[in-house]
Amino acid sequence: MGRKLNGAAGDARRSLGVVPQEIALYPLLTARENLEVFGAFYNLGGAALAEQVTWALAWTELGDRAGEPIKGFSGGMKRRLNIACGVLHKPEVVLLDEPTVGVDPQSRERIWEMLDKLREAGASLVLTTHQLDEAQTRGDRIVIIDHGKTIAAGTFRELVEQTVGTRRQVTLTLDRPLPQPLDGLAAESHGRTVCLQAADVAAELPPLLERVRAAGCHVDDLAVQSPTLQLVFLHLTGREVRE
Amino acid sequence: MIATLLRIFWIHLRRDRVLWLLTFFVPVAFFSIFAIIFSGAGRGSTPTVRVAVVDEDGSEFSKKLATALEKDKSLRVTTSAGSGDPRRAQEGGEDNQPGAPLTRKDAEALVRDGKVSAAVVLPRGLGQSFPTFGGDRPTVELLADTSDPVAPQMLSGMLQGLVMTAAPDAMLKGGIGQLNKWGGPLTPAQQKVIDQAEQRLKRPAPDDVPSGGAAASGLLAVKVVDVLGQEKANPAIAFYAAATAVMFLLFGCANGAGGSLLEEVESGTLDRLLSSSLTMPRLLAGKWLSFVLLGVMQVTVMFVWGWLVFKLELWSHLAGFIVMTLVTSAAAAAFGVMLGTFCRTRGQLAGVSTTVILLMSAVGGSMFPRFAMSEGLQRVGLFTFNAWALDGYQKVFWRDAPVWELWPQVLVLAALTVVFLAAARLLARRWETV
Repeated sequence: MGRKLNGAAGDARRSLGVVPQEIALYPLLTARENLEVFGAFYNLGGAALAEQVTWALAWTELGDRAGEPIKGFSGGMKRRLNIACGVLHKPEVVLLDEPTVGVDPQSRERIWEMLDKLREAGASLVLTTHQLDEAQTRGDRIVIIDHGKTIAAGTFRELVEQTVGTRRQVTLTLDRPLPQPLDGLAAESHGRTVCLQAADVAAELPPLLERVRAAGCHVDDLAVQSPTLQLVFLHLTGREVRE
Repeated sequence: MIATLLRIFWIHLRRDRVLWLLTFFVPVAFFSIFAIIFSGAGRGSTPTVRVAVVDEDGSEFSKKLATALEKDKSLRVTTSAGSGDPRRAQEGGEDNQPGAPLTRKDAEALVRDGKVSAAVVLPRGLGQSFPTFGGDRPTVELLADTSDPVAPQMLSGMLQGLVMTAAPDAMLKGGIGQLNKWGGPLTPAQQKVIDQAEQRLKRPAPDDVPSGGAAASGLLAVKVVDVLGQEKANPAIAFYAAATAVMFLLFGCANGAGGSLLEEVESGTLDRLLSSSLTMPRLLAGKWLSFVLLGVMQVTVMFVWGWLVFKLELWSHLAGFIVMTLVTSAAAAAFGVMLGTFCRTRGQLAGVSTTVILLMSAVGGSMFPRFAMSEGLQRVGLFTFNAWALDGYQKVFWRDAPVWELWPQVLVLAALTVVFLAAARLLARRWETV
């Protein structure tokens, strides 16, 4: 990163697929023509190119719109084609920059299905995203970059262990505030809310409920929250807004 | 509400540099250029016209006329073979050794080569017959390149006026001769007064005596001979076809080649292309070549249209046309690519290209012929792309110059192509870091 691409890195380029955040396609070209020109830039030609274009149109489910200029496509269709143009040459590593930004939930699901197939075929995906739920669920390994510097790296579990810990947060919402603190439990109460950091939810939740009931309160709602990448990220970078 | 809209407009106006450029700078620059061209600011009231004078008569009258032409500040007069184009003069015949008086053939060659705008041929018997009104009197010929309509018109008027100021004694002598012939001889006293007047008139006129003037018209029989355009079907069309084509080539290439590069940047396709096997030099070369081909097609369409509708003589000048169109399109496309790499946005490109191209076109002769401009402005014009391209097309279609004579224009335009492309390559480096 931050280095110039030069001609000598030809082989490295061919093993790399780039899917930019922008819809980096030619709007006046048809879906098929876009695939053909970007395939040609990766030195595909003849039967190999035709085969890959056919594969890409099927993979993106755009076969029936292959002959239409893409300027009339929906955002989701363009996103799918945008990805296809970056992987047409079967790269070993695919760099995806926000591949699902600005698309509806169905298109997002379709895109992830496509990417899962790529992974199954052996490609490594490097995804840059601000959608931390996707990074958490889709990433085998996560790197958190803040102000251009890597501040944490590892699997999600490793990141959680290194930062917020693996305890679940148990939150009770009562019908009225507790009359007095719950002695002997590491629970905090604020008004009608009682919070507990539980290492073992199954073991620690029943005593908590029993104590609340004994205090004469009724539980209106109960939530158990696992650590999320969002919490890890905020833990590492703080809550100050990034400019 | 309207106040809010005005406020928004004012904020945009203050912050949009391109709008400033197009709203205030371009009109003022244009006004200045046309003011310089038409008002004569920075030079005399008439442009300096290069003229060859051929004195076939050799009489006192013709010599006076030639001298008067030489003295005129708005003319640069060539009278001998050596002071014009010695090479062509040498080729002309036995009379035209360097330093020898010009012959009509030499003068024609000078006009044809564009070394002079017109040539004045003072014919044999001119002095003897002057002044004779009507009848069988010798005619002064103005050998002209009518692609420059100003010079022959101006010279024709000047000649009539110069007759009055340069040779008034001849006028008097001739007039009295006519009186003697038709009205009888003068008395000795009358003759003495006439002789004294003749002596006074023989003295040279002061330099500030104005020359020319409609009142004097008709004293000399003057005939304009079009040396270049007389056999041409529609001689001015080639100039206008080239002038228009070159200006639109520049606009097309700036907005096309430059615009498509910036579009690749803005849409993100540039990053994608550069991550493939495509390198920046190849990308620039591809863009350049695309617009060279488009430029060739654009100019060809314009000239074919000129041939079909306006009888432009395209096919007899095909080789020169191909050469000039190739080098002009190559340079225009390179210029467009360079502008694209220079500008940050398409909005900026639109502002910069409009300004630069309109100014180059005005000074370079696409809007107004350069021969009618002052010498200073003509020299400035040589720094523009348009001037070299138009000079080349002029040589081909107007002067019927062989292809090899296009070498200065081809050389300059080819050099510009290389310079523009090299600059574009350097400027495009900013896009190569990922």
